[in-house]
Amino acid sequence: MPSPDVLAAALRTCLPVAFGYVPLGMAFGVLLVQSGQPAWLAPLMGLCIYAGAAQFLAVGLLAARVPLADIALATLLLNLRHAFYGLSMIDRLPVRGWRRWYAVFALTDETWSLLTGTRPPPAFATPPAAHDFVFAVSALNQGWWLLGCTLGGLGGLALGGLDTHGLEFTLTALFVVLLVEQWHAVREPWPFLLAASAGAVSFAFAPPAQFLLVALALTLAGLLAVQRARPA
Amino acid sequence: MSYVLAAVALMALATFATRAAPFLLFAGAGERPWLRFLARYLPPAVMTVLVLYCLRDTFTSGAPGPLPALAGVVVTVAVHLARRNALLSIAAGTALHMLLLR
Repeated sequence: MPSPDVLAAALRTCLPVAFGYVPLGMAFGVLLVQSGQPAWLAPLMGLCIYAGAAQFLAVGLLAARVPLADIALATLLLNLRHAFYGLSMIDRLPVRGWRRWYAVFALTDETWSLLTGTRPPPAFATPPAAHDFVFAVSALNQGWWLLGCTLGGLGGLALGGLDTHGLEFTLTALFVVLLVEQWHAVREPWPFLLAASAGAVSFAFAPPAQFLLVALALTLAGLLAVQRARPA
Repeated sequence: MSYVLAAVALMALATFATRAAPFLLFAGAGERPWLRFLARYLPPAVMTVLVLYCLRDTFTSGAPGPLPALAGVVVTVAVHLARRNALLSIAAGTALHMLLLR
């Protein structure tokens, strides 16, 4: 267990994430229960999957009983961005043991942003205190997410017959927000246009149930083709 | 229910695989050009596909048509460009969308 000092510093560092994770986890839980799933599924997914966008996406996929292979592939491609986060974290995680693998498991967009974007308090800037700090931030952030998912699952039950028609738009809005953030980060139109074309082709030619799979596969193929064609 | 539990298990594995991959495969190997390229351009492309995926049904499923969804997207983008507060943008877009559906 990290010492109380480390916990207090980690708590201060990850408070902004709490304000994001609790309401978003609650929205996810409400949506999941309203889509017909049991309330306990929300905290279970927050515990074992712990990936916001993928969990939101799964609400619709599970309700439509999309084939398992498609769900796995959609999750893989949606979360592939995490593979690039790890590259910059290899030397900063706890050295070995279960705490290292927990920190890898819990490396979400927000945790990565906190750990790479903010300076840890000086007392926790060097190992082994730095590793305790990374572990504490990771665990606290999952705690916020789990709290949100649980409250949302229970809230979904309480809302029962209430008319929440249209609430599923939170997923669309979340992706739109992430898209605007990507525009701020990249500021080149072509990847957006390439993906939009892939979407249009999939919309025109793929069966509706395969839209996501085909569009994502075309996008990945297109990106790799552009990379090979570009001069090094 | 076994379908749902299998889906959760697969999603957990797929998510962990994406987070563990660099630690297992690339520790000490340095960065490769195609990896760096995908690191930069895959996220915007995937987000574009996901937004289209969310909007697709509104074009094909008859009434009320795509308008409530498109209006929600426009408001979400506008609020986010103005304030850059994710929760506020999501709340504003969703509220307008739900209002237009009624």
